[in-house]
Amino acid sequence: MKSVLIRGGRVVDAGGGRVADVVVEDGRIAAVAADGSDLAGDVVLDAGGCVVAPGLVDLHTHLRQPGREEAETVDTGGRAAALGGFTCVLAMPNTDPPVDSAGVAREVLELGRDACCDVRTAAAITVGRQGAQLTPMAELAALGVRFFTDDGTGVQDGRLMRRALEYGRGLGVTLAQHCEDDVLAAGGAMHEGAWSSRLGIPGQPAEAEELMVMRDIALARLTGGRVHFQHLSTRRSVELVASAKAQGLPVTCEATPHHFTLTDERCSSYDPVFRVNPPLRTDDDVAAVRGALARGDIDCIATDHAPHAPEAKEQPFDQAAPGMLGLETALALALTHLDLPIADVLALLSWRPAALLGVGDRHGGPIEAGRPANLCVVDPAATWTVDPLALASRSRNTPYAGMTLTGRVRHTVLAGEPVVVDGEAQR
Amino acid sequence: MKHLLGIEGLEGDDIEHLLELTDTFVEVSRRRMPKVPALQGRTVTWLFYEDSTRTRLSFEQAAKRLSADTLSFSVSASSVNKGESLRDTVETIEAMGVDAIVVRHRSAGVPHQITRWVSGSVINAGDGWHEHPTQALLDCYTIREHLGGVDGLRIAVVGDVKHSRVARSDAWAFTKLGAEVTLVAPPTLLPPSLDGWPVAVSDDLDAVLPEVDVVYLLRMQRERMTEALVPSLREYTARYGLTRSRVDLLGDKAIVMHPGPMNRGVEIAADVADLPRAVVTDQVRNGVAVRMAVLFELLGSGGER
Repeated sequence: MKSVLIRGGRVVDAGGGRVADVVVEDGRIAAVAADGSDLAGDVVLDAGGCVVAPGLVDLHTHLRQPGREEAETVDTGGRAAALGGFTCVLAMPNTDPPVDSAGVAREVLELGRDACCDVRTAAAITVGRQGAQLTPMAELAALGVRFFTDDGTGVQDGRLMRRALEYGRGLGVTLAQHCEDDVLAAGGAMHEGAWSSRLGIPGQPAEAEELMVMRDIALARLTGGRVHFQHLSTRRSVELVASAKAQGLPVTCEATPHHFTLTDERCSSYDPVFRVNPPLRTDDDVAAVRGALARGDIDCIATDHAPHAPEAKEQPFDQAAPGMLGLETALALALTHLDLPIADVLALLSWRPAALLGVGDRHGGPIEAGRPANLCVVDPAATWTVDPLALASRSRNTPYAGMTLTGRVRHTVLAGEPVVVDGEAQR
Repeated sequence: MKHLLGIEGLEGDDIEHLLELTDTFVEVSRRRMPKVPALQGRTVTWLFYEDSTRTRLSFEQAAKRLSADTLSFSVSASSVNKGESLRDTVETIEAMGVDAIVVRHRSAGVPHQITRWVSGSVINAGDGWHEHPTQALLDCYTIREHLGGVDGLRIAVVGDVKHSRVARSDAWAFTKLGAEVTLVAPPTLLPPSLDGWPVAVSDDLDAVLPEVDVVYLLRMQRERMTEALVPSLREYTARYGLTRSRVDLLGDKAIVMHPGPMNRGVEIAADVADLPRAVVTDQVRNGVAVRMAVLFELLGSGGER
């Protein structure tokens, strides 16, 4: 394997920032030395004006394989991830068939071996994501599954969720919940409020999310099992989880870029690209999510990258598939719209999610000799305009088309290999 | 005006203009031979994803009286399930060469979406709970015909506002023309938020009736029972039905309106529906002239005038 010299950048990791060159060899960081050193490499990646950081980790990626290969594959999604600076993604299990057995989990992990990104998979909590019977959680955990979720829906049955948490506690795994009370949310295609009322689009109230957050906080207290709240979108959800954490309960949470950048007003275009679950909320909710990210009440940013083929989106708003792309825009949105130092943004996108997923030994770790070389090089000043046709994802459903963002991934190094160089995927 | 998607986006002057144009077509409709060549050579097509008798017939009559060619595209629910996207369907129709698409769909916003994919005009004939602009125009026209104008009137819109495109379009149209609108309904049948709506709200029909010039009753759909929005039709009628005794609370000149089809005995008592002050058939009759005005406004300017 060729050695790689990343030259002239500012290294930023959990330990702080300093100007240094980094040499990568045989999949690991071989040396880190102050600028002007005489380090060399077979390949030189220019990092002038850039930040050299641990690769990003996404706890919430829909790779759609198996079953929805017209929307995304592990290969195309992995490439999109690498271009977005991610070196590790957690694939969601709502595939077809779902990841509810060791066989499907193995298939996804196998497909991931050739990807531009370290692909991990979550598994479903219940068989077929039907909310009735637990999956073979121990067998799946033995394959390395650390997160279980029925994402796309929440586990509605409180007793079943309790059992899953109790059983999961014994395995040391985390149960990730898509919080949505199906009955209260039924038929709702956007946030229920002034805009839904005016647009005549059936809404779902914020309380449909908050009720399940409240229930699962109670169940975390009851069982001691670890709950990770996915894509929190309302002020009260965020406050509930912050207060549960303050009480020492084993809960964590994530927020998506779209929930800190977009509001329900976008739905007034009736463009289904803005249909997503949980739905885009109000200005006040967006402000609450931003505040909680800044305070650390929200542990990490996760993309909820949800590719859909055009025919699934070119439908009436309330019949279109919910979800939007996220991998290639997440870092730039955070840098552009969160008023945070880059080290804080990287914490939310790299080392904190890496720790939650239990991959801190490979991703998000300090940039020092001997560590695995999973890195991204970001030009924080570069501006670019989102062009759906230029994305590596197989789908085009980005809500940011035409938007100008600041901050762009220049290079990504996966296990010592440059998989993105100057913004171009290398395989 | 290229499209007619809703009333919310119109100015009061636009509405007045369409009502004045309607006068012309009311006159045409009264002729022995009620047909003009205004839209000769133009093609209008219907894209109705939801059952409709009166709106569709009314548009068809309007187009024929303007000498437009009409194309009918029947959409069964199954063709959507065969995997064809909305866009595919619309582009198929567009490829056949049409000047206007009149669309009704049970999902809000479909007419707006269609405008992105076609070069011709799009007319909203009802989209989900959102808007039904030609209904609002014919309602305004009918009020003007009976009461001389809309400005300064007090109008009660009674019933299932939440699920009603008629209520949304009427609320915009009546207020843009200077009327005061009060929505009368139990909270379960109001939109979750009325922020930004220029209306008052009441749940006491008896208190509102003596104050109004127009009482506009909305259709109460039976399926609302299963959604626990009201306990029973009987209780709904007791609180919000326009019974014979409630009519006596109205002023002498006040009129009663309904977009049809009426549930006699539910939102309106049978004997009330047949009173002279109930102007429901006038609404239907004016619907044709109003739709002629809309078609002419959107398609006529490029043709022979």
